[in-house]
Amino acid sequence: MSSARSPRMRMCRVLQPAVVLLLGLGIPRHVTAQATPERPAVVVASKPFGESFLLAEMFAQLLESEGMRVTRRPGLGATEVAFEALRTNAIDVYPEYTGTGLLAVLRDSMTTAMREDPRRLFARVSDEFVRRYGVRWLPPLGFENGYAIAVRRETAARYGLRTLSDLARASGALQAGFTSDFIGRPDGFVGLRAFYGISLRSVRPLAPAVKYQALSTGAIDVIDGYSTDGLLARFDLITLVDDRHFFPPYEAAVLVSPRVSAERPDVIAVLSRLSGRLTESDVRRWNASIEVDQRPIADVARGALTELALVRAAGTATVAETPRATTTGFLAYSWARRAETWRLIREHLVLVSIALAAAILVAVPVGVLLTRTPRAAAWVMQGLGVVQTIPSLALLAFMIPVLGIGLAPALVALWLYALLPIARATYSGVSNADPDAVAASEALGTTAWQRLWWVQLPLATPAVLAGVRTSAVITVGAATLAAFIGAGGLGEPIITGLGLADSRLVLSGALPAAALAVVVDLVLAAVERAVTPAYLRRKRTGA
Amino acid sequence: MTVALEAEALHHAYGSTATLRGVSLKVRTGSLLAIVGESGSGKTTLLRCFNRLVEPTAGTVRVDGVDVRGTPGDALRRRLGFVPQTGGLLPHWSVLRNAALVPRLIGHADPERAAAEALTLVGLSAAEFGGRLPHELSGGQRQRVALARALAARQDIVLLDEPFGALDALSRAVVHEAFEHVRAELKFTAVLVTHDLAEAARLADEIAVMRGGVIEQIGTLDTLVRAPATEYVEQLLLRATAAVRPLVGQ
Repeated sequence: MSSARSPRMRMCRVLQPAVVLLLGLGIPRHVTAQATPERPAVVVASKPFGESFLLAEMFAQLLESEGMRVTRRPGLGATEVAFEALRTNAIDVYPEYTGTGLLAVLRDSMTTAMREDPRRLFARVSDEFVRRYGVRWLPPLGFENGYAIAVRRETAARYGLRTLSDLARASGALQAGFTSDFIGRPDGFVGLRAFYGISLRSVRPLAPAVKYQALSTGAIDVIDGYSTDGLLARFDLITLVDDRHFFPPYEAAVLVSPRVSAERPDVIAVLSRLSGRLTESDVRRWNASIEVDQRPIADVARGALTELALVRAAGTATVAETPRATTTGFLAYSWARRAETWRLIREHLVLVSIALAAAILVAVPVGVLLTRTPRAAAWVMQGLGVVQTIPSLALLAFMIPVLGIGLAPALVALWLYALLPIARATYSGVSNADPDAVAASEALGTTAWQRLWWVQLPLATPAVLAGVRTSAVITVGAATLAAFIGAGGLGEPIITGLGLADSRLVLSGALPAAALAVVVDLVLAAVERAVTPAYLRRKRTGA
Repeated sequence: MTVALEAEALHHAYGSTATLRGVSLKVRTGSLLAIVGESGSGKTTLLRCFNRLVEPTAGTVRVDGVDVRGTPGDALRRRLGFVPQTGGLLPHWSVLRNAALVPRLIGHADPERAAAEALTLVGLSAAEFGGRLPHELSGGQRQRVALARALAARQDIVLLDEPFGALDALSRAVVHEAFEHVRAELKFTAVLVTHDLAEAARLADEIAVMRGGVIEQIGTLDTLVRAPATEYVEQLLLRATAAVRPLVGQ
């Protein structure tokens, strides 16, 4: 275990007994996976879209075929989250693209020379990444997956669209739905708009799954995609030619963390076998079998590695022979996934319970203390209010430099979210506890502590519980985002499903998450009713 | 004659509003002094100076001849019984537990027995009412429990802050009776704040009339009626005449 890895390890060591103590439930596997003393497992990650899932799974299987232990972290947030995790050794490898490395990570501009010769671009990013971050690019895998702008066949015919220059002419009449990643990036829509002079009637951010659906129903006319995207074929879309060469080369390659670069030549040797072996047509075919035929990623990856003769065909077969996923109803599909769903629900509950328990342990005493110092109360509440307004994903991303990825940063972020409702409920519950009873007990000679324990806290209990209930429901929802930083839970199938445009997979996470929120709310409402004595209930309805 | 409570030249202000402007009085041991006045007259502030719920800005308060500034507030308050206007019973505690509060605070050997005796004195059987919660009682019963709570530790001095003001006439008469019974038994010293001159006339040995932070007159009801010191006292008596007349025997 290197020193660079230690903050996160420390956190895990601290958290592990807490997990066991607080719940005695199953611990998510990636926490336990860290305990073995010998060579640490190689953490293979991906970004949340189909090709990234596939490539990462291929890396993982290839390493495993050489007897190495692998931990999978598919679907990390976006580029910023995945790269930050890699730079800080929270993950070890993930597939990245040269153009993204230059523009989104280095924030350099693309020279004409790089645009015309992908090798110059690769040389630039690989030198700079080592110099700035100690992160290494392995030689490219052999194919490019650039941005592509796509329209429906009928739209192309109606406006005579063949190239992006054609799009610029017709753009005033068209509405676009782009992934939020693409909208904000200098190598994405920001640059494209200026370069071609495109001004669309409207642009809205859409998740991949929604994007293709929206285009096919005619709600929007233009989307972004990737040139190796299997869904382009599924929806019969036309990709527009980048006639003035705006989009930079996006050569795919393995990106390697500083730790693995320095300490694991074996990992680098194995993964280098993929360099130059993947062609654009192969990758598009594999992507299509995942995104269009909905075959399991692990099967497709195994087939792909077999085709490339990088692993021996262990009984199973190439991609072409893999049995097609049967199109069953959602109920049958859910039933088949029930073991996985239970595991995710357990993970989700562990996340929520620990974050909530920790929030109660802190927020209740804080709420009580603040009743003693009303002037500080306004400041603290305001501070906690500000935390609440930070978008969950941004808060999760802030945690990565400090806590890495996985359970620890997710718990801290969820904990921060859960604090305010509980602290506020405690504060107002204690300060508004039956003023006559409080005043009378003071007049009879109780000390401040006795009043707190005998009078204010017991009378505030229903209010505190109402705050806990609010926090619990918020946390159940926010915890689905924790999957973006590899903490597991019901967000896992949601993110993977969004990446694969697989709405059944999205629902298999979203429906249990919604049901969980309802159940948690109902259970806590029942608890709240049970502890609210009759005289308080009457007072409340009478008011 | 011994003096249980004494205020000497008390001044107090909330912000820029003066509430007490040089108040002095003495309460004889075993007697009941009623402080009568309108709201804002300073009568409740004066009462609260005796158990240090309010600290005067100037002047001295003595309990049994000792300056109260030498005793911590909560310790002093355990010695002086207190009955607030609305009872202020802890809503989540049984009647018996409420009445046992002060005995418990002072480390009484058997707080519940002390509480049960006090409840009996105010006319509530501990067996019947002890287990009930305050919201299961009538307003008059609640005030009797509050009275029992103020006496359960056998306090020699009891402060009462308009304790019967919120009751209807019928239950007030019942509570008055209970109060007189208890006082005849225990013979404690009491200060009763009230805006009701008739109540003062019925229960008090002496009456202090307060207005605007000063005591206009202090004396027995007879003295007040025969020789009102100020026009205000005279007006007050006139307004209350109908209620007072039968009591002074005119």
